Amino acid sequence: MASHPTQNANTKGFSLKSLFNSVPFSVGLYLVIVWLIVWGAYKGSQTMGYNWQWYRMPQYFYKMTDDGFQWGEIMVGLVKTLQLSLTAFVLATLLGLVIALMRLSGLVIGRAVAIGILEFVRNMPLLVLLYLFYYVLGPVFSLDRYTASILCLTVFHSALISEIFRAGINAVAKGQWEGATSIGMSRAQAYRYIVLPQSIKFMLPPMTGEVVHLVKSSAIVSVIAVAELTTIGRNLISDTYMSFEIWFTIAAVYMVVTLILSIGVSYVEKRYSIQT
Amino acid sequence: MEPNNEMISVVGVDKFYSKFQALTDIDLSVKQGERIVICGPSGSGKSTLIRCMNGLEFHSRGSIVIDGMNVIEGSKDLKIIRQEVGMVFQQFNLFPHLTILENLTIGPMKVRKIGKAEAEKTARHYLKRVHIPEQADKYPAQLSGGQQQRVAIARSLCMETRIMLFDEPTSALDPEMINEVLDVMVELADTGITMVCVTHEMGFARKVADTMVFMEAGKIVEVAPPEKFFTNPDSERCKLFLGQILEH
Repeated sequence: MASHPTQNANTKGFSLKSLFNSVPFSVGLYLVIVWLIVWGAYKGSQTMGYNWQWYRMPQYFYKMTDDGFQWGEIMVGLVKTLQLSLTAFVLATLLGLVIALMRLSGLVIGRAVAIGILEFVRNMPLLVLLYLFYYVLGPVFSLDRYTASILCLTVFHSALISEIFRAGINAVAKGQWEGATSIGMSRAQAYRYIVLPQSIKFMLPPMTGEVVHLVKSSAIVSVIAVAELTTIGRNLISDTYMSFEIWFTIAAVYMVVTLILSIGVSYVEKRYSIQT
Repeated sequence: MEPNNEMISVVGVDKFYSKFQALTDIDLSVKQGERIVICGPSGSGKSTLIRCMNGLEFHSRGSIVIDGMNVIEGSKDLKIIRQEVGMVFQQFNLFPHLTILENLTIGPMKVRKIGKAEAEKTARHYLKRVHIPEQADKYPAQLSGGQQQRVAIARSLCMETRIMLFDEPTSALDPEMINEVLDVMVELADTGITMVCVTHEMGFARKVADTMVFMEAGKIVEVAPPEKFFTNPDSERCKLFLGQILEH
């Protein structure tokens, strides 16, 4: 608190810290770094003798044919990715809440089951878990690849989300439980009306990270050929051999989606914090 | 004393926190409308005792009976007991995400299943009783400590409680706000509600207490009417304690 950057700047005039904190410097630094990456990629591809064909990319977003407007493959894949992520996220949140409540309940069995699921999932690579769902459980329960993908992502992320719930619930002051109990509320009522609403503000930031993580980890289902964004990218490359253009584009599409998510949630967060 | 007149009956209560014994062989009887003030040095088990009365914690041995209902962990009567017994905490424990009015109505609406309009009417009535009707639409964080504590008192009253437990209600307050809370408590005492207060406010105790209880090291050391308690207590320890807190 003693050395606030602006105070430093006022009292001492020029300091290294105030330089690093200034907006023009930050923007400049950012541009230099971005330029270095782009330049590096460009140079690298040139020495490889890579033939850039960016002009061929728009058709994979949309086409104007004789039949009129049509969405391209990338957009179709994006919709599938969003569908997959959204479904898995909703299910993972519900399952995560159940696991967290089991863990926090006084029941020994509940705690044991919750910790068992958590440790099993957390210590297993996502890829192995996916194979487990598709090649082992898939034939047994006759799951198609899309369902197996959703279940795999759900289970994997529910374990992580349950920890977010647990931390958020534990962050609510103990006195809130006592206040709720003292006016006759049951445990369930205390959760629903008093504790969970207050824990949301503790859970929003890690939850944002988790959604972003989920959207990105959904790419792994391309190994069992679910037709989402990454699979589409692979297919396009085997058709066109434009590895650089297509992977850059796919990466950009993922980034746009996750950035929109992050910015959206931080907006919600701000509104929420003003309200209380 | 008629048995049906007895609101709280504590008999032979022990309380352990793993191996540490917090309460030892506590006997206490509170009649309807009686006002009891419990005092004693910190760590003497005062708070533990009243927290056992509404089942926020559970005693290890002996029995606690509230208005004919046994306080036992997991018992179905607990919900009724907690509705009948209001509690005011040192740290207020208001719900920060709800407005003052919502703090007061959520109990009656969700626990007693009373309609919103009626619950709000009751809430405004009790807000007036604690002298802050104009704060209904604010959030707890916008109120001073004294006002928050008065809201907490009103929140308990909204449940139509017959017994009020106070756990050091003024200990977390700035000195200039203590009196506004004590005034409300004195007014409350005049309504004939049964009160058990843990407090070190001896002026308040003199004014309202029917019975004074002194606790030390988990035991009840002295039970006496205030006249005797403040002038000529039996135990040396009690004299010493009173000497210390009444000195200033």
